[in-house]
Amino acid sequence: MKMVTAIVKPFKLDEVREALSAIGVQGITVTEVKGFGRQKGHTELYRGAEYVVDFLPKVKIEAAVDDEVVERVIEAIEGSARTGKIGDGKIFVCPLEQVVRIRTGETGPDAL
Amino acid sequence: MRKLLLPLAAGLAGLGVASGVLAQDAAAVAASGVAEAASAVADVAAAAAAPVPNKGDTAFLMTATALVILMIVPGLALFYGGLVRSKNMLSVLMQVFTVFALISVLWVVYGYSAAFTAGNPFIGTLDKLFLKGVTAESVAGTFSKGVVLPELSFVSFQGAFAGITVALIVGAFAERIKFSAVLAFSVLWFTFAYLPAAHMVWYWDGPDAITSEETLAAVTASAGWLWAKGALDFAGGTVVHINAAVAGLVGAYMVGKRIGYGRESMAPHSLTLTMVGASLLWVGWFGFNAGSNLEANGTAALAFTNTVVATAAATLSWIAGEALMKGKASMLGAASGAVSGLVAITPACGFVGVGGALVIGLLAGFVCLWGVNGLKRMLGADDSLDVFGVHGVGGILGALLTGVFAAPDLGGSGICNYVTDTCGEWGGIGAQVWVQAQGVITTIVWSAVVSVVAFKLVDLVIGLRVSEEEEREGLDISSHGETAYNR
Repeated sequence: MKMVTAIVKPFKLDEVREALSAIGVQGITVTEVKGFGRQKGHTELYRGAEYVVDFLPKVKIEAAVDDEVVERVIEAIEGSARTGKIGDGKIFVCPLEQVVRIRTGETGPDAL
Repeated sequence: MRKLLLPLAAGLAGLGVASGVLAQDAAAVAASGVAEAASAVADVAAAAAAPVPNKGDTAFLMTATALVILMIVPGLALFYGGLVRSKNMLSVLMQVFTVFALISVLWVVYGYSAAFTAGNPFIGTLDKLFLKGVTAESVAGTFSKGVVLPELSFVSFQGAFAGITVALIVGAFAERIKFSAVLAFSVLWFTFAYLPAAHMVWYWDGPDAITSEETLAAVTASAGWLWAKGALDFAGGTVVHINAAVAGLVGAYMVGKRIGYGRESMAPHSLTLTMVGASLLWVGWFGFNAGSNLEANGTAALAFTNTVVATAAATLSWIAGEALMKGKASMLGAASGAVSGLVAITPACGFVGVGGALVIGLLAGFVCLWGVNGLKRMLGADDSLDVFGVHGVGGILGALLTGVFAAPDLGGSGICNYVTDTCGEWGGIGAQVWVQAQGVITTIVWSAVVSVVAFKLVDLVIGLRVSEEEEREGLDISSHGETAYNR
């Protein structure tokens, strides 16, 4: 099992969700985050006080998936989240040790 | 002071003035025709000897008072609140709200008496302590002969002014001051700076006491020091804005800068609320400015119109300045511009023409924009919410420009002569601006001295600042045990 984490631009969330749904990924967790990579921030000006803000709003999508579908999941996310401009984001894949469905107590791939 | 020509007695009868006693005489004249006009005039003259409040004027002043209170709560509270970080939101709301409540109580205990009874040129007496002798039937003069209002309506109107003046100050040292220090300082400054200023600028015996050169001299001798000099301050550019701004600046210096000032982000947490606050200030200011005319007549309408125009002009000039300087016009700029226009037109509103108001507003936007940028950097204090940059600079500009645009040649009303009962006299712009400057300088020096002493005293007894941990945690939790926005 793998935990796939994707940081994407906020307006791409719906497209990514639909793309994942289309390949059978049934559940995701979404968090609003902020961050930066190569994309530059902006300057905010409040009367005489100027602030350079490096952080940009992003959305983090986490999905626990079976090893067999990881490649398709990555493709789906990449394809739907890409705009071609700096700041599109990144996808991280980590090994997932255990998964439990709380309602039934199922564990392992059955709980995905 | 400014006023309108008193209507002729016959005209008065013909108009059917809405006052209980006079209305009967007016109806009698209309019914019996010209032949009885002479006796009707005598009746009216007799009735005018004991003037009775006009219901329209009374309703107007009470409404104006309510508008001024709306400027404080929630107007000023939200304007300031939105500008601070969310961890300090409640502390700002609390300071404004509580200071208003505190001053409202002190006002009826001794404030009104000290400001608006005779005494000497600098302060009144305690003759009206706890409003002794002031009942629902007591009347107070206005700026027109023979026109009175219930004294209590004047008491509460002026009380709201006292409240907002002291509440304005807290913006300068937001996010680090001890709550108890705010209250203690407020009592001291209200007593020793606000009351004398209100007395010096606004106290006089009223137009009905002036009937000849001798009585004019007597009234001038017993009037406030700056009133006697002829300083023009319609609604409180000096008494309210410069006064509070100087106290704020002194406080910003003596309390010290916020931890992390200049290095950490202290961006406003809700400019949406700041805009709501600024809008309430604009709308409420019609009570502040037009209400300062005390009666509902053409001069009140002039003050009202000038308050629309100057504010609008200042909004535009501030954001134009911003766009030129930094490339973008901002919401905070528009809100700040509006407030700077409101401040600048405050001393001028009933004395200048609409053209003068436009110029005052346009200049206020640019000059106050400099006040919160260049001047702020020069002064070097952490005046958190730009109390001096907006209220101080705007107040000084407005007070001085009043001396220019009150000139009849520039559309102003000129000076009123209560012996001849006409307005329009003028001693020259230079002379009037010098009188205005004396008012400005007096206010600055007096407020500064009182503020230094008061802050020092409070610091010695209570301490001005919260601890570093408390400041980092946020005043809402550390001073008030509350969170504004539960996460």
